[in-house]
Amino acid sequence: MYVAVKGGEAAITNAHALLADRRRGDRSLPALTIEQIAEQLGLAVDRVMAEASLYDRSLAALAVRQSRGDLIEAIFLLRAYRTTLPRFGSSVPVDTAAMKVERRVSATYKDLPGGQLLGPTFDYTHRLLDPSLLTDEAIADPARKEASGDEIMRVSDILAHEGLIEPDGDLPDDHAAGDLTREPLEFPMGRDLRLQALARGDEGFLLALGYSTQRGYGRNHPFVGEIRIGEVEVEMDMPELGFPVSLGRIQLTECQMINQFKGSSIAPPQFTRGYGLVFGQSERKAMSMSLVDRALRAEELGEDITAPAQDEEFVISHSDNVQATGFVEHLKLPHYVDFQAELAMVRKMRADIEATRHADTEMKDAAE
Amino acid sequence: MSETPLLKVSGVSKFYGSRIGCQDVSFDLWPGEVLAIVGESGSGKTTLLNCLSTRLMPSAGSVEYRMRDGNFRDLYHMSEAERRFLMRTDWGFVHQNPADGLRMTVSAGANVGERLMAVGDRHYGKIRETATDWLGRVEISADRIDDQPRAFSGGMRQRLQIARNLVTGPRLVFMDEPTGGLDVSVQARLLDLVRGLVNDLGLSAIVVTHDLAVARLLSHRMMVMKDGHVIEQGLTDRVLDDPREPYTQLLVSSILQV
Amino acid sequence: MSADLATYNFAYLDEQTKRMIRRAILKAIAIPGYQVPFASREMPMPYGWGTGGVQVTAAIIGPDDVLKVIDQGADDTTNAVSIRAFFQKVASVAVTTHTKDATIIQTRHRIPEQKLTEGQVLVYQVPIPEPLRFLEPRETETRKMHALEEYGLMHVKLYEDIAHNGRISKTYAYPVKVDGRYVMDPSPTPKFDNPKMHMSDALQLFGAGREKRIYAVPPHTEVVSLDFEDHPFEIQTFEQDCALCGAHGVYLDEVVLDDQGGRMFVCSDTDHCEDRRDHGHVGEMLAPNKEAAE
Repeated sequence: MYVAVKGGEAAITNAHALLADRRRGDRSLPALTIEQIAEQLGLAVDRVMAEASLYDRSLAALAVRQSRGDLIEAIFLLRAYRTTLPRFGSSVPVDTAAMKVERRVSATYKDLPGGQLLGPTFDYTHRLLDPSLLTDEAIADPARKEASGDEIMRVSDILAHEGLIEPDGDLPDDHAAGDLTREPLEFPMGRDLRLQALARGDEGFLLALGYSTQRGYGRNHPFVGEIRIGEVEVEMDMPELGFPVSLGRIQLTECQMINQFKGSSIAPPQFTRGYGLVFGQSERKAMSMSLVDRALRAEELGEDITAPAQDEEFVISHSDNVQATGFVEHLKLPHYVDFQAELAMVRKMRADIEATRHADTEMKDAAE
Repeated sequence: MSETPLLKVSGVSKFYGSRIGCQDVSFDLWPGEVLAIVGESGSGKTTLLNCLSTRLMPSAGSVEYRMRDGNFRDLYHMSEAERRFLMRTDWGFVHQNPADGLRMTVSAGANVGERLMAVGDRHYGKIRETATDWLGRVEISADRIDDQPRAFSGGMRQRLQIARNLVTGPRLVFMDEPTGGLDVSVQARLLDLVRGLVNDLGLSAIVVTHDLAVARLLSHRMMVMKDGHVIEQGLTDRVLDDPREPYTQLLVSSILQV
Repeated sequence: MSADLATYNFAYLDEQTKRMIRRAILKAIAIPGYQVPFASREMPMPYGWGTGGVQVTAAIIGPDDVLKVIDQGADDTTNAVSIRAFFQKVASVAVTTHTKDATIIQTRHRIPEQKLTEGQVLVYQVPIPEPLRFLEPRETETRKMHALEEYGLMHVKLYEDIAHNGRISKTYAYPVKVDGRYVMDPSPTPKFDNPKMHMSDALQLFGAGREKRIYAVPPHTEVVSLDFEDHPFEIQTFEQDCALCGAHGVYLDEVVLDDQGGRMFVCSDTDHCEDRRDHGHVGEMLAPNKEAAE
């Protein structure tokens, strides 16, 4: 006997209760605190802030906890919160030359003003599981050096002195940076919107695309001009005051990729740039972003568009992991109405073929 | 031939920065006339063809086309909608590589029928009938109508592309090296076919080619281009039999040696 | 962290956002079938799960509205339950399962069987708004094709269907032409529902959140399913009647009863089915004399 599917409501409530139970896990163990997540899983928190486009460590940590460590789910939670916030205005562009640098490396110069600073990096660690981390052993304080207070020159500025690298370019005075969370996305995009989309794009997707350019799918001969990680001041112009006011400091990772360029009918031979800027500490993301940014400038620089990473519509339409996960996972929603329609069509077509075959046989029989 | 030209070209130039694509080209094209533009690669003949067919906007000059109502319209002042409409009804464009002019993943019948559907034909049976007829005219067997061009040889693809262009009865067809990618034996058959169709339909055509034999076989008149300039033009037989410019003489002698 | 983290505006969206969406809706109504780009917001449910429809509903709903939400024609499918609960929570509006009592009906994949009336709004959830998308993947190109009314390619698709299958085999998301101008994707409703869109008394709004498009069919607007003169558009027909309410000429779901090939067909529109049963209609499965039915 058929029983109509009822009780969707009860099923949902029960599922959510079970989710809460599994999230908490074994009650005999202490619950994670938001502070512990923010302090000890800082890079997860950074990724959530970066791809949610919201700089708030404790909310991001809350999202990580609420999502049971599923970072795309955490990004989604934080985005859905961000979208409800009022928007007061835009900050003035952050000055990464004035960054309080904790890490700064350049692959293009052996030594340079300001020096190479390794900072807190996994580079050169041997990836051996560390049994000491099974317990809470005391960790020694790190070595520190007094900051000189001087600005650390950007590598791009060194090349710019000789005119060897394309300049930043000038924006018209009345230029207002676009905001892809407030305006419809339309192609072709300006580079400002494109960089925004990349900055919140999925780390794995950009990593794969950046990697594809290195393997020859839109190769752009990159050198890491510089990667710097550190804190910058965020300031906002206050029309009432007539000068910018500091809103606080945020941690950023910036990557300036320097790319060979032999010149085209519209531009002289000089180095060009791919740019990456990400909230928090994420070199992988910033480097991938700069590779993809450079690849997407193919049309602007008069290069042939032959590879996926150079195709703006393809890259930007598929870089957002919240959109992607939603649409992929929506396939598990019921589709039985459409399936019914397809089912009936396939049956009908099969019946037609069967009927024709039958008629053929009969004709043959009759002929014999 | 009628009293009024179909196309009036005056002073068409295209520059890429300081580089010349083509410069100061003027001519009239008459109904039923086939004009060949010949020259080596890099001579500007394809740039000129693209300017004439509005696939490229020139830096200077004008091209006027006599519409079906008898009025001349400046092509570069038409809206994109009007130009695209013209392109899929009254004009044809045959690409050197058939894949550029065909939809490789839909059937031959749909390739021919697309233009009809684009102008509002809504009777499947009639569209199919017309497509079958056109496949016949370009010597493609009717039982290939539901096959995709992917399964066709190079020569068949090129013939399909021609049928797809001619189905709406255009008055002007542009051809860019129509025999370019084909074997010599296939070339001859295709040229024969094109010549027959052009004669039967009274088409006007502008054919870009580096092959003087193609010009000889298809065109009434020809223009020789070098470094973006037209250096000689005249009736095809006259230019080929009695070339005046040293460069043309060189071109003609080099083909005669073959 | 502030304690008011979870307080939201009426119907979740802030008023600025609602205004932006309403402007897009008005433009969509003014140009029937045209896809208006809008700055779709991140919603607290996943993309592809009705974020477009939810934003449209949130922008037009008021405290006096009565909301019905269906998915696959049913009020009790989980995603319909979830969206209805969302609006109860953030807008405290009255909800109903009765088509005739609702002022706003948000739907995924179906149009209710009961004829909609003047003053009602049907909000469709749309996954891919672009009817030309699978023929031409590029947004820049498809927008140009719409602008120049170049729809030959759409018929090429239908031609291919007939050439290979002997009939137009498209069964859902069947393209329509609206008001003689724009070709439109009716969302993945079965083509059975297409005729209901034509000259409807109700306002039909379509929201695609992930793709950031809103479009509309105003009341009393011509909606024509694309076809050929000699292969006219036709809707699905069912040989059976609804096993529960005996309805004929409605869209039916196939319900598998056992692994021996046993199955029955019941109304996809659950409200329609219940209403009929309340009025004494009885289908084969519920007939008192079961033997007679068999």
